[in-house]
Amino acid sequence: MRRYLWFWQLAMLAALFALWQVLAQPDLIPPFVWENPNRAAFFFGEPVKIFRVIWEWFSQGAIYQHLWVTLQETALAFVIGSVLGLAIGLWLGLSPTASALFDPYITAMNAMPRVVLAPIFMVWFGLGIWSKVALGVTLVFFIVFFNVYQGVKEVSPVVLNNTIMLGANRKQLLRFVYLPSATSWVFSSLHVSVGMAFVGAVVGEYLGSAKGVGYLIQQAEGAFDINTVFAGILVLTAFALVLDFAVGRAERRLLVWRPAQSETEKL
Amino acid sequence: MSAAVEFDRITCTFAGAKGSYTAVKDVTLAVGAGEFVSVVGPTGCGKSTLLNVVAGLLRPSSGQVRIFGEPLAGINRRAGYMFQSEALMPWRNALDNVTAGLEFRGVAIDEARRRGRDWLERVGLTGFEDRFPHQLSGGMRKRTALAQMLILDPQILLMDEPFSALDIQTRQMMENELLELWSADRKSVVFITHDLEEAISLSDRVVVLSAGPATRPIGEFPIDLPRPRDVSEIRLTPRFIELHDRIWQSMKEEVLKGYAQTRNRVSA
Repeated sequence: MRRYLWFWQLAMLAALFALWQVLAQPDLIPPFVWENPNRAAFFFGEPVKIFRVIWEWFSQGAIYQHLWVTLQETALAFVIGSVLGLAIGLWLGLSPTASALFDPYITAMNAMPRVVLAPIFMVWFGLGIWSKVALGVTLVFFIVFFNVYQGVKEVSPVVLNNTIMLGANRKQLLRFVYLPSATSWVFSSLHVSVGMAFVGAVVGEYLGSAKGVGYLIQQAEGAFDINTVFAGILVLTAFALVLDFAVGRAERRLLVWRPAQSETEKL
Repeated sequence: MSAAVEFDRITCTFAGAKGSYTAVKDVTLAVGAGEFVSVVGPTGCGKSTLLNVVAGLLRPSSGQVRIFGEPLAGINRRAGYMFQSEALMPWRNALDNVTAGLEFRGVAIDEARRRGRDWLERVGLTGFEDRFPHQLSGGMRKRTALAQMLILDPQILLMDEPFSALDIQTRQMMENELLELWSADRKSVVFITHDLEEAISLSDRVVVLSAGPATRPIGEFPIDLPRPRDVSEIRLTPRFIELHDRIWQSMKEEVLKGYAQTRNRVSA
């Protein structure tokens, strides 16, 4: 069983799509929910047509520019959000006064559903990639911020004292102890924050844009083209899987000094 | 010439939730240049507090520490500190951990690496330069910490039960290596331990502390065993047994007191 896991996983996927096709295709089996035999295909689409859409996207190359835009937005949101979260997390973690002052604001901003900011970003940054990046940044920032903040507080006091005894000044403590320790926390939240950057990009595109996979889905939905909507969702899922795999590889390379890989929540 | 380390009526009182707690009280003690002094005492008697005071990590409530005659202000730059628990930076490999102190002092990286490799060789860790602390055994981590401290050539070594986490064989090996490194250029050592045998076999002098709170030295015993010593062999000599017996007699009461207090604290 274990050896053929791959095979069984793929077989299950194929079976799922086959069942879907059988249930949705008009006039293949007698309709049992709706009177109209075309109704099921209208609501749920047909895998064969979905894959035809995907095939056309990739063979004619129309999808690449959209994927590229979504990837750009995700990457930018991740990098900007992480750097901001790291900087502010370090600052508040090391300064009790600042942390006491900002604490209620941070809590409030984190509690706020940030997707509602999307229209405001649209007004501020236009329909291009930057309004999506801004939305992604607000999502990524808090994950990284809280991780770094916690990481700074949990730096081993013995390691800290040892580094002081070796002659490190305040700046060197920041560079040699706090920053690496905080960075390791950023990496341990890598899966979650990259996922959030991706969510920000796609939701932003969906709410208003001229390019990107979210835009494709939104367009198709406007035309009641359910097959294209599903095609977009499948492409996004595959894209997210590739992204997650890349993150896993990066994590393994960057955290070699870690005794055990920490478990992160998957989105 | 003034002593390397002088405690002058050091008292440390900590403010706690249930009122203040005096860890050490009126400790006066001197460690000469090149002298190896062990401080033994029952568990939880404030031994580490004393060491943190000499290191400059902790300011005493009253009293003064003098280092080679000068009052200590801030971190003690002439001392190297070896901690009881893991103190290596887990994100730096063995070599980078050893060279950290040199980097802080602005030594060029090539020069620091060269000296770092040299020190790793001296503590027997050639070939382990690229290992991260979690990839090293407990004994290897202690060796790395020893090299990390000694590469800076401090005049005073402060050691807080550095080998207590090691198994007995590794421990005796480390003790012998420490003695060998120390005899090459006699530095002043303040060695904290709760293990009387370890204290006698390493030191020139053993200081016994009373049980806490308000710990103070209650006895000093010069150790006249010949050097160089082998820590596992010297334990079997008659003189060692005699010294051990004498020091133990003075310690026994305090150990029992300390033990009773710890028990009360747990049951309270």
